[in-house]
Amino acid sequence: MAYTDDQLAVMEAIITRYPRKRSAIMPLLHYSQSITGYINNEGIEIISELLELENAEVTAVSTFYTQYKNQPVGEYHVGVCTNTLCAVMGGDAIFAGLKEHLGVENDGVTADGKVSLEHIECNAACDYAPVVMANWEFYDNQTVQSAKDLVDSMRSGNPKPPTRGPSKLVTWKEASAVLAGVNDGLANEGVQAGEPTLLGLKLSKEGK
Amino acid sequence: MTKLAPVLSAHWDEKDSFTIQAYKRHGGYTASAKALAMDPDAVIQLVKDSGLRGRGGAGFPTGMKWGFIPQGDNKDHYLVVNADESEPGTCKDTPLLMANPHVLIEGCIIAAHAIRAKHAFIYIRGEVTHVVRRMNQAIEDAYAAGYLGNGVELVLHVGAGAYICGEETALLDSLEGFRGQPRLRPPFPAIAGLYARPTVVNNVESIASVPAIVANGAEWYQSMGTEKSKGTTLYSLSGHVVNPGQFEAPLGITLREILDLSGGMRKGHKLKFWTPGGSSTPLFTDEHLDVPLDYEGVAGAGSMLGTKALQIFDETTCVVRAVLRWTEFYKHESCGKCTPCREGTWWLVQILRDLENGKGSEADLAKLLDLCDNIMGRSFCALGDGATSPITSSIKYFRDEYIAHVTNGACPFDPIASTLFEGADAK
Ligand SMILES: Cc1cc2nc3c(=O)[nH]c(=O)nc-3n(C[C@H](O)[C@H](O)[C@H](O)COP(=O)(O)O)c2cc1C
Ligand code: SF4
Ligand code: FES
Repeated sequence: MAYTDDQLAVMEAIITRYPRKRSAIMPLLHYSQSITGYINNEGIEIISELLELENAEVTAVSTFYTQYKNQPVGEYHVGVCTNTLCAVMGGDAIFAGLKEHLGVENDGVTADGKVSLEHIECNAACDYAPVVMANWEFYDNQTVQSAKDLVDSMRSGNPKPPTRGPSKLVTWKEASAVLAGVNDGLANEGVQAGEPTLLGLKLSKEGK
Repeated sequence: MTKLAPVLSAHWDEKDSFTIQAYKRHGGYTASAKALAMDPDAVIQLVKDSGLRGRGGAGFPTGMKWGFIPQGDNKDHYLVVNADESEPGTCKDTPLLMANPHVLIEGCIIAAHAIRAKHAFIYIRGEVTHVVRRMNQAIEDAYAAGYLGNGVELVLHVGAGAYICGEETALLDSLEGFRGQPRLRPPFPAIAGLYARPTVVNNVESIASVPAIVANGAEWYQSMGTEKSKGTTLYSLSGHVVNPGQFEAPLGITLREILDLSGGMRKGHKLKFWTPGGSSTPLFTDEHLDVPLDYEGVAGAGSMLGTKALQIFDETTCVVRAVLRWTEFYKHESCGKCTPCREGTWWLVQILRDLENGKGSEADLAKLLDLCDNIMGRSFCALGDGATSPITSSIKYFRDEYIAHVTNGACPFDPIASTLFEGADAK
């Protein structure tokens, strides 16, 4: 599948954001994932050409970062935080529960291609532990059951919305475009903050 | 009793707090107008006088860092904001950006003016789609309103999942389009940073603190905090507490005070161990409830204030399991550049795994400490040093618990007891 002219124009525009074009390699890789879902040879070649680099130089970068995938993930990529705090608070149980429920191992994808599963590191939301991410949107304060319900909703084609995010969960490819800097118009949706974020402010207003 | 002091978080409870309208409603973008009318050196002096210290972990004085940028050198200068926020436990910059991205933009405008930079970058971790949306929308709106683009260009650069890119020189390599691996220092970024040009790297919270300082003056900022740790800051409370969350308070508040006003430990449980500033800072125990949480206070008690990530664990938590998990993180995130860290963290994981599974021996403790000794101070960057903190501190305070794993032949803890759902929903 060749990249369309429109897509190549977006890539050219990404490059112009930077004083030196090599700096555009990361957003271009995100953008490439928004087209093909993962980083394939064609993506590497196009980025190499645009940035006047060797294929090996682009591959060296794409393989260094865990968010760039070398094989397809699900339409909804689920990450369960199993760093210490979330693990202890229930993340380990959630991850084990999802593996069993979906019948996949770490980095596995369900046969219908809908859901993939990965255990992830601390995602900067420890005050909402245990934390689950889907396409890198926040699903806060999960339990084993709520996480199973979440993946079930994905498989039935009507995913539950993130707890702090837009009112609808976008797909993996759509989320990848956002990470490349494409504006999908959803920035103003969703809460400005969850309860834990506001707790100190609330207590302060009560005179504490 | 120390009182909370919301400055950064003052308007987060307004539904539209992240919009440019909400930000301007509370005087947003007047501080940058004031700063742009000032001589850049006067802005640097103001920030020096305020006593603001870096909130990214090390607490380096922000104004002094800006002052290191050579002036009149006819070179491009760069400002880079570190929004990589990946240190386990750290969760302050992300909610700040979700609730109020414009305060960071205004801070960037002021800082860029002070250090005479025409280009600024925000390097944000990639695993936060909605925060990226909000931040990019805010940048677009600030351009449309003319705050950006008339002297300073600001670009959001999205990472792709690598903790090491929070280390400032690895971040710069990553931003230049390479694998994110730390650089040898010196030269420091102030002399040769991004594209080998003078560069300031500051944490989100550091830069976001600047507009209020410009608006209210150095004296106002100085009036909060302790002798050498000025101002207010975000403390992030997480774990086995009734009410986790963000608490903005003057530097120097204690964990006891934060627990008291937030509702304390979860019912029927008591504090066992905690991190004052993320997993790279040596653990504290219930002996440390009254340590003032400022740079000197925490250092004086043998740890580091770090990112003020207060991760709280009660008596149901196995410390060996906790430390093993953090160590697995460091092993995974080691960039592989230097041998002590790359090989050392691998060995630490093997030994800790055996210990946690009851297959270790008492001699393993000495081996762990010996390995830590060979990593600490011998690694290329602070990731290696940080990896040893949970291990050495946990052996110091909980040696008996390690030994219990050995004599028991298994971990003596029930992991379900430490979950939030305490077994009710564990299947
Ligand atoms: C392994 C490692 C990870 C780091 N991660 C971050 C981070 O995510 N955010 C951050 O601001 N600083 C991080 N730092 C500290 C930065 O290197 C740097 O000191 C900081 O961004 C300077 O900003 P400040 O002076 O405003 O604190 C990290 C350091 C190390 C060694
Ligand atoms: S200490 Fe670890 S992370 Fe730092 S340079 Fe060495 S291998 Fe890389
Ligand atoms: S440990 Fe899971 S979000 Fe921090």
